[in-house]
Amino acid sequence: MDIDTETQQQNLTTQIVTPGSAITSDPAFMRGHGTFGEHGTIYSSVAGVVERINKLVSVRSLKQRYSGEIGDIVVGRITEVASKRWRVDVNSRQDAMLLLSSINLPGGIQRRKSESDELQMRSFFAEGDLVFAEVQSYFADGALSLHTRSIQYGKLRNGTFVSVFPQLVPRSRSHFHTLPCGVDVVLGVNGYIWVSKHVPAAKVEANAEHIYSNKNEEISETERESIARVANCIQLLNRLYVKITDTTIIFAYEASLGHAVKDLLTMDIATDLAHAVNSRLAQQG
Amino acid sequence: MSRQELLSPEGLRIDGRRANELRRIACKASVLNTADGSAYYEQGNTKVLVAVFGPREPRQRTALQQHDQAIINVEFNVAPFSTSERRKRSKGDKRLLEISSFVRQTFEGAVQRGVYPRSQIDIYVHLLQHDGGMLEACVNAATLALVDAGISMDDYVCACTAGLVDEQPLLDLNGQEESAINMPGLTVAVLPRNGSIALLQMESKIHATKLDDVMQLAIEGCKHIHKKLDEAVLAAANDLAVKLNNSVQ
Repeated sequence: MDIDTETQQQNLTTQIVTPGSAITSDPAFMRGHGTFGEHGTIYSSVAGVVERINKLVSVRSLKQRYSGEIGDIVVGRITEVASKRWRVDVNSRQDAMLLLSSINLPGGIQRRKSESDELQMRSFFAEGDLVFAEVQSYFADGALSLHTRSIQYGKLRNGTFVSVFPQLVPRSRSHFHTLPCGVDVVLGVNGYIWVSKHVPAAKVEANAEHIYSNKNEEISETERESIARVANCIQLLNRLYVKITDTTIIFAYEASLGHAVKDLLTMDIATDLAHAVNSRLAQQG
Repeated sequence: MSRQELLSPEGLRIDGRRANELRRIACKASVLNTADGSAYYEQGNTKVLVAVFGPREPRQRTALQQHDQAIINVEFNVAPFSTSERRKRSKGDKRLLEISSFVRQTFEGAVQRGVYPRSQIDIYVHLLQHDGGMLEACVNAATLALVDAGISMDDYVCACTAGLVDEQPLLDLNGQEESAINMPGLTVAVLPRNGSIALLQMESKIHATKLDDVMQLAIEGCKHIHKKLDEAVLAAANDLAVKLNNSVQ
């Protein structure tokens, strides 16, 4: 397969390669992710789409675990409290690290970390807690290092968790959305999504002392219902393999309004909604 | 009939195939949505379901002997209803452990483990129905599931069996043929691109002069299976690409 003729064809489906298929034997090309070289030929090592940036050839797999990049906004779950650090499951090939030194502690951002902080680490994040964080750097072995040094990051409360394919969450300017239905959504690029009750930013700042609290606020029944509806809509988009952004979530939400929340994921209604969402997307596109 | 007629005078086998014919192959990738990769694979009446999880954080970090590459963990499970005689097998069954270690060793050579340091790849194989060629079906299904999970591999691993009866090599033995007394059988797994052999297993005797013929036939079979697997992977990939493409526009 010759890559130069390939680039002229813009149709995505024609550029799909499978493991072990030769991409190019032109020595001018460098091999990137998803490829390997043997006897001067570049082969694909995954099933996916060939991408070319100048002289770098890589293959992007269509379904894969999350591989982090610095600056990514992620949602993770604490799996272990270790010395001066937490291990966080971020749907990646290794657990990420959250260092004690890269979180904001209650009572002053610039406060020094003392030994007593180290002893009470579990009072900040315990096993099973969900965190909203940003990828700060890599360790030598490729593990990610996270930080939560901003008022918007930190512990997640007041809502529910949805896991989707990581490819479906595009990197964008904002990953924290307040939907018109009064629900906050945190779209982690690692495919972990948090859907929660809307809390005004001013209130969050006023409660800066309680950022590590484990107590939910009062959530009314209607709020619970919209949270559940949004969560089901996201699940539906995931099943359709449609990109998950605030726009698509709103489309799905609006299409779902005629049905009860508990029925959204049943086979026939999900199919109907899928058609509605798809046609709406097609119109918009 | 004291001695089973494995090959009729017309050159047909018990199930009506010719000597160099494979059984019907049906396979599908991405059948489970909780796993990172999965596949369902049928070869004749042998049916296998495979789920792949990973690469992910190793469950026991002490199991990591080499820190620069991933460990592969295979669990093989045979459904009690898979054979004509209902039988529950214990997890420690030596026969099952042997098969799972064959599968593990096969993929340790084909998966690019260096790409995933300090990680673990779990392959769970479930045999739903057994009618000969257990190992070949497991290897083929696991390949499909690994590709589906987006795990880097040098190539597909395709496995096939072959046997010998009355000096005539037979491709892809079914359950009856496999259990016949006068039938030596072997399983070969190859990487089709360069033809290197990833697995070769034989538990009976075969005449040295005939071994080459039987192996060549099995390797021919592997090439056909490669085509089938490639079709299944392309179908799954196209499906995803189309869906993704629609939503991007």
